Amino acid sequence: MLNYVLSRLLTFVPTFIGVTLISFSFIRALPGDPIMVMAGERGISDERYAELAAQFGYDRPVYVQFWEYLTGVLQGDLGNSFVTKRPVWDEFFALFPATLELSICAMLFALALGLPAGVIAAVNRGKFFDRALMSTALVGYSMPIFWWALLLIIVFSGNLQWTPVSGRIDLLYYFPDPTGFMLIDSIASGQKGAFISAVRHLILPTIVLGTIPLAVIARQTRSAMLEVLGEDYIRTARAKGMSPGRINGIHALRNALIPVITVIGLSVGTLLAGAILTETIFSWPGIGKWMVDSIFRRDYPVVQGGLLLIAVMVMIVNLTVDMLYGVINPKIRKR
Amino acid sequence: MSLKKILTTGMLMSTLGMAAQAQTLVYCSEGSPEGFDPALYTAGTTFDASSHPIYNRLSEFKVGTTETVPGLAESWEVSEDGMKVTFKLRQGVSFHSNGQFTPTRDFNADDVIFSFDRQGNAENPYNQVSGGTWEYYGGMSMPDLIDSIEKVDDYTVVFNLTRPEAPIIANMAMDFASIVSKEYADAMLEAGTPEMLNQAPIGTGPFTFQAYQKDAVIRYLRNDNYWGDKAKVESLIFAITPDASVRYQKVQAGECHVMAYPNPADVASMKDAEGVVVMEQEGLNVGYLAYNTQVAPYDNANVRKALNMAIDKQAIIDVVFQGSGEIAKNPIPPTMWSYDESTVDDAYDPEAAKAALEAEGVTDLNLKIWAMPVQRPYNPNARRMAELMQEDFAKVGVTVEIVSYEWGEYLERSKAEDRDGAVLLGWTGDNGDPDNFLAVLLGCDGVGASNRAQWCNEEFDALIQKAKVLPTQAEREALYEEAQAIFKDQAPWATIAHSVVYMTMRPEVEGYVVHPLGGHIFNQVGLSE
Repeated sequence: MLNYVLSRLLTFVPTFIGVTLISFSFIRALPGDPIMVMAGERGISDERYAELAAQFGYDRPVYVQFWEYLTGVLQGDLGNSFVTKRPVWDEFFALFPATLELSICAMLFALALGLPAGVIAAVNRGKFFDRALMSTALVGYSMPIFWWALLLIIVFSGNLQWTPVSGRIDLLYYFPDPTGFMLIDSIASGQKGAFISAVRHLILPTIVLGTIPLAVIARQTRSAMLEVLGEDYIRTARAKGMSPGRINGIHALRNALIPVITVIGLSVGTLLAGAILTETIFSWPGIGKWMVDSIFRRDYPVVQGGLLLIAVMVMIVNLTVDMLYGVINPKIRKR
Repeated sequence: MSLKKILTTGMLMSTLGMAAQAQTLVYCSEGSPEGFDPALYTAGTTFDASSHPIYNRLSEFKVGTTETVPGLAESWEVSEDGMKVTFKLRQGVSFHSNGQFTPTRDFNADDVIFSFDRQGNAENPYNQVSGGTWEYYGGMSMPDLIDSIEKVDDYTVVFNLTRPEAPIIANMAMDFASIVSKEYADAMLEAGTPEMLNQAPIGTGPFTFQAYQKDAVIRYLRNDNYWGDKAKVESLIFAITPDASVRYQKVQAGECHVMAYPNPADVASMKDAEGVVVMEQEGLNVGYLAYNTQVAPYDNANVRKALNMAIDKQAIIDVVFQGSGEIAKNPIPPTMWSYDESTVDDAYDPEAAKAALEAEGVTDLNLKIWAMPVQRPYNPNARRMAELMQEDFAKVGVTVEIVSYEWGEYLERSKAEDRDGAVLLGWTGDNGDPDNFLAVLLGCDGVGASNRAQWCNEEFDALIQKAKVLPTQAEREALYEEAQAIFKDQAPWATIAHSVVYMTMRPEVEGYVVHPLGGHIFNQVGLSE
């Protein structure tokens, strides 16, 4: 297992360098530059432009800039945002817990509903329940996030007034946020009702962000289960008179989980992409919106640093998924 | 606890919460501030969160007008030759305090000198702090205009200018001229954290900064030691809500009291909705199509006027602005002093336009129209506007090709004197002075830069240069009116529209005034029980 993890970790190195290079060149490949965007309609004199370019350090050749960026990254310095002038590192870690908290909730929501739905659909293959579930999953998968979010807000926050419209907690609660995870900080604050408020604020964004992974997981679980249910050992188990609950829940599901876990790992990328829209609509202060704003402003340090950090997060998740294969299937571990 | 019970308890909590905090005004803002030092930035969103609640300036714009009134300066005097402006400062004004800083002295001349020196003097230790870009200081030509600033005594400051400049008092009321505390700056420099000036702001304004949670919430408390009229609410909260539809839902649900920038398409239904109040005012801006007056046949005023007659501006207001705009006939907006009501706009008349073009010998004309890639209040959808113009011009035999570039590129390329085509662009006023429109956008100095029509008319330029140095508004007004007549006659632009600014709020909000300069100001706003 250790060798396995080490060999996986080694693949991090080229990926990391590749991501650094791509994130660095990606934003520079876009037309326009941050000084012109900053100056806007008011324009800027040539001297002032030169001064600012020197200050931001991009009057130098690109390879020099890349080298400085790379050495900075290796020393843990991602530079300062051109716009807010604050370190990219600080900004990322101020916002990332919000995205992570929402993504975890969305994934749990997707798993909690998607796995049983997939299993039930597979067991009832071809029956009404299977068809209804799979059609719903298709709708969930194809629905535009923006539209779905506004629909939920209008119905549940506007008409029924069951949930708050947006934000992470009611504004009357004000407490320090040492972890950045509102569920934890609200409990730690000891303020009455804060935790419940945080949970209520999470409901709609969780549903919206979890919808696509939910649909994918349900469909994937169903097809993996169908494959496993046709295997000989399942027939043997049935012949031995084992209860259907035990066969489906333990023997079949465990083996069906491998492809499902792959999908979960891949969904992390989807979650981060979905987070951009979900965060914008629900005024959720996470990294999705931060990245988009920075791209529009051509805030080079934020875009390249943010992309790099997100890529590292995705790499870590994938490593975890790879290790989970080993836990679920000992054959992989021993290989 | 059942889900229903959790939801009900939560709802009760939040309702009670809002009632308990009746003196908290919640504003759903459209975006995050870039920082809290207004001199470093140019975005209105940043000014709303920094200069308006936290700071004061030597002169101030009276809320709801472009008129300047005394601020941290009680009075001022301009010397006869216009080269010296003497400000008498207000006494007994204290700066805010926070966890790291408590002021030991009141506001005085040192703070004024520091506030400008850090922007203009490269030797000032704060000049490079926070990536000091000082866009507005440069943009308003302060480096060329201010020769020196002298402290006469603790409460008297003299600005020595390099030339007479009537708009200087209005400039002093702009956001970049907000007065920061030198004592705080020195303390932070000594502590090795000069960036705190931008992150944990200290000002003299009606609200003190309490906390900012990035991209989520900004909190302010009333400054009970404020020198002027104290704020009516005890605390002010900006709930950052980027999506306009969500902002509206929040107003309806009582999660915020006031929201900015409603979707134009929603305004009509908002006006009919119960429990929602909509205010409106013309914005201090203008959207235009600038011909390149240095390239044939657009160097001929008759051709430009003929083209202007071919544009159906009402259709543009209906389709592009969805009603949230009004037709522009002058290069300055109607809320600005010296606006010439008597101007007669070129009527929409395709037949006459066609005849006029033929009379000038212009046939088979091909015109490029540049469409901005971004949304602005003065032009919410430039591509659509260009398409409408394309149809209009086709009716008079002019073929239009629409071009666009990335925003930075667009601004840069459109400056070229030999540019091919007419540019859609616009301007939002900075200081409420007509000079800020007419000189910047149409003066001879702006050719090859901000004057996208590349139009240099000696008579017009002489008028605006003269108006700039006259001491009284009445004298200046007469010259600006004359200049507008020349503009209309020469038609370097097709003036398209001024936007209408809408503000949506709950009925319990009292005293909100739409500010023509575009800021959202809450100093005078209260909440009824």
